[in-house]
Amino acid sequence: MTEHNSTPKDDQYVNLVVDDVSISVEKGTTILEAAKQAGTEVPHYCYHAGLSSPAQCRLCLVEVEGAPKLMPSCTTVVTEGQVVRTDSDVATKMRQGVLEFYLVNHPLDCPICDQSGECDLQDFVFSEGRKHGRSRAAKRVLGRDDFGGDVLFYGDRCVMCTRCVRFMEEVEEKPLLSVVERGNRSVIDTFFDQGLGDAEWAGNIVDICPVGALVSKDFLYKARAWDLEHTPSICPNCSMGCNIDIHTRDNVVQRFKPRENKDVNGHWMCDYGRSRYEWLNEGKRIEEPLSTTSDGGLQTSLNWEEALIGLGEKLKSSGGRLKVIASPLSSNEDVGATVRLIQALGGGEIVFRSATTSKEVPLPGFKGLKRTKYLAPNIEGLKVLGAKYVGDEKGSGGLQAISQHTEIVLVMGDRLEDQTEKFGSEAELLIYLGSHFSEALQEADFIFPINTFAETSGTFTNCDRRVQKFSGSLEGPCEARPAWSVLNDLISIITGSESSQNVADAFNQLSGTSEVFAGTSYSDLMPQGFKLKHDPQMTRD
Amino acid sequence: MGYPYSHPSEVSIISKHFGDPDARTLDGWMKNGGYDGLKKALSMSPEEVIEIVKNSGLRGRGGAGFPTGLKWSFMPKDSGKPHYLLCNADESEPGTFKDRELIRWTPHQLIEGCIIGAYAIGAEQVYIYCRGEFFEANQVLGKAVEDAYEAGILGENIFGSGSTIELTVHAGAGAYICGEETGLMNSLEGKRGEPRIKPPFPAAAGVFGLPTTINNVETLSVIPHIVREGSDWYRQWGTEKSPGTKLFCVSGHVERPGNYELPLGFPLRKLIEDVCGGIKDKKNLKAVIPGGSSVPILSKEQVESCLLSYEGVQEAGSMLGCASVIVMDENTDIVHQVTRMASFYAHESCGQCTPCREGTAWVTNILKKMEAGQGKEEDLETLIELTDQMTGTTICVLSDSVAAPVQSSIEHFRGEYQKLLNNGGGYD
Repeated sequence: MTEHNSTPKDDQYVNLVVDDVSISVEKGTTILEAAKQAGTEVPHYCYHAGLSSPAQCRLCLVEVEGAPKLMPSCTTVVTEGQVVRTDSDVATKMRQGVLEFYLVNHPLDCPICDQSGECDLQDFVFSEGRKHGRSRAAKRVLGRDDFGGDVLFYGDRCVMCTRCVRFMEEVEEKPLLSVVERGNRSVIDTFFDQGLGDAEWAGNIVDICPVGALVSKDFLYKARAWDLEHTPSICPNCSMGCNIDIHTRDNVVQRFKPRENKDVNGHWMCDYGRSRYEWLNEGKRIEEPLSTTSDGGLQTSLNWEEALIGLGEKLKSSGGRLKVIASPLSSNEDVGATVRLIQALGGGEIVFRSATTSKEVPLPGFKGLKRTKYLAPNIEGLKVLGAKYVGDEKGSGGLQAISQHTEIVLVMGDRLEDQTEKFGSEAELLIYLGSHFSEALQEADFIFPINTFAETSGTFTNCDRRVQKFSGSLEGPCEARPAWSVLNDLISIITGSESSQNVADAFNQLSGTSEVFAGTSYSDLMPQGFKLKHDPQMTRD
Repeated sequence: MGYPYSHPSEVSIISKHFGDPDARTLDGWMKNGGYDGLKKALSMSPEEVIEIVKNSGLRGRGGAGFPTGLKWSFMPKDSGKPHYLLCNADESEPGTFKDRELIRWTPHQLIEGCIIGAYAIGAEQVYIYCRGEFFEANQVLGKAVEDAYEAGILGENIFGSGSTIELTVHAGAGAYICGEETGLMNSLEGKRGEPRIKPPFPAAAGVFGLPTTINNVETLSVIPHIVREGSDWYRQWGTEKSPGTKLFCVSGHVERPGNYELPLGFPLRKLIEDVCGGIKDKKNLKAVIPGGSSVPILSKEQVESCLLSYEGVQEAGSMLGCASVIVMDENTDIVHQVTRMASFYAHESCGQCTPCREGTAWVTNILKKMEAGQGKEEDLETLIELTDQMTGTTICVLSDSVAAPVQSSIEHFRGEYQKLLNNGGGYD
């Protein structure tokens, strides 16, 4: 017997033994969760940590010493001194039997199934199932059904775990799915032609479907699960900051999937957020630093050193007030470096614009989770660091004053799609740090290629002032760099200070830049992020 | 008095008025001592009523045989929550037709039992969940409830006692599984008729999530008599462990099928040969299902010594269940009978639990293939293994109900299966 966890005896804790491993777990824990803590994953379908437990898949039955029959580990609560066996002959044989039942009507079409490679039926049968099923009966054929939204239903693959039905009922609280018929004729269905069209979180049922019964139309046949790389990131499509994994193949984003964070989004994310990733795959990138001759028109490509020294010297010699148009996708590190650049020059300001929607879209079953009005990830981060929100609900306008600014104008990330080439013509120096070319800024004095948020690491601050980390999942163009790194170099040229190219340093510099970040550290960010201390000076809207 | 036939061995308590149209009416029922039990109960404390029922040793007549008084005593005291009494009248077990007769002939007997039960457990609302296909029974019951309300027997201040008890008759919509107590609760709440996982047990969280007791029609029908006459009176019949009388629904190959009320512990053989007039057309007995289609089949040898009490039938190798005795003569095709039962359960499985959803259909499929001469030698072992997997692995016992007849029939009548296998061997 091995000591797994030696938590002291306590009223709040219960001691039990799972497969010879002694553990101490909180009172009220289910055997399934306790086993997980003891390092044993009990196979299951109907149980999902974010939903109620109907105990109907019967796969998680385990042997409990003293119990007359096998117990469903997903609903049986641990008791003091309990001895649980998930690996006994009885339990193993029962699982093998249940798995065989699952395959009676399953089409075994793994070669053409999107779930293949991340399928619980495939995995469990592979590890514990019979080599050959004994059923000789013809299989039930249901075919494919369009559930509406992004969801396709392959009834033949369904294991009737009803996670999808329960999600719609309990979490989104729009009961648009139901089991119809009974016995082995039972099937998941929508109500007549209503479908899932009205749902705004239905993409989650594709995530929680343990098999390939519910698949995404958008992802259909695009990639095999085992070819995908998963990178932890933050959803860029509103200010909620849902934790996601970006799934990429061959440096192309294939889909966004929610990543669990019980303090922010639980297991979920909205359909709006998950469907907007295509822009990350867009080509036509700025590939190298460029400068434009002062008489206009002729662009010259430069190497980074020439470009940075060229611009740095100009800034140093001319000085002047710096007005910055940031993007709401700019990371805290980008904005922090901008603030320091302004300090190094003769002062200035930062503004940003963001598209908004008129109403929030809450997820009723998970308190606090919603799609926010602002449709960009770092609104709060920008505000906290002193940037001013300008423009209208479409994320345009509001640049009247800056377009007439006569000193230095820096545009970071915003493509200024509502502006003409005349923008910034009054400015002594117009600089564009961007990932994609901008019509309005093609005559900027300096153009620098920067990474999108998906190509670099950094942090966003969500609507609840929670600072969360994202990591780079894509390779940007060879010459592209994170904006904060470019800005740090410029500061170093101007002030003669040392420039760090480390994202952790860039984050840690924030504590010197802004009071709200004082005392925070990059190492505190994992795994759930942290909340900024409240700043009474800040007004929220 | 049995219906349609009667027999001198019977002890008629609840079936006394079967076939008597007069007893259906409130006046007729009153003339026969109706609602005297209720009046007596109302003069006692609820605890005293429970005590009488406990002492009588009455066991639930729905099939499981759980002591009724004990079940009532599980209801929380001073919970501050509304309590419910449910009457399970969703009689659908193949071979069972006792509750239908009780409702048809003696609706007031049931209503009286319901009111006493509700009084004992502190419920102000009773639901009688009546099988939808029982059109006549539903009508008769509906009328009786109406009359009882008019006479002040239901509603506020029953018989001037200050107690309020409402009663609603709810007709089911044709699913066998809604006769399972928690499936019934879901159905009553307007949800899919799917059994719930226990715990929580109904006494803690039943219908609408509130403390609930659920009793069978026959159980509640006998309550007025026990309360009126006392527990010792009831214990004069039956055995120590199975006191009282019970309705036996005899069907199949006997001369006089029907309902007979007999003391528990009555010999099965005597029931068939004496009470029911023997096997039809003087044929020989082959097998008997003693407690409804979901219990193990008894072979002729097992029938010989079987006594019809909860413990007696268990000793013989089966279960008393709801005492629905299905008699099969020597010409009966056992495999066909088992196939019919299995396909019934496959059709009625709610589909929640995998072993039941897939297993009942698969077992039926194998049996049908066998019947069609397409069975394979290994099918018999497969059947035994599958039904093993279906026993004790699900939320309710529907899948166990397929396993029992399949396994017992293979045990006793393996030859009949074997004959089908030797009959060609099939192809696939």
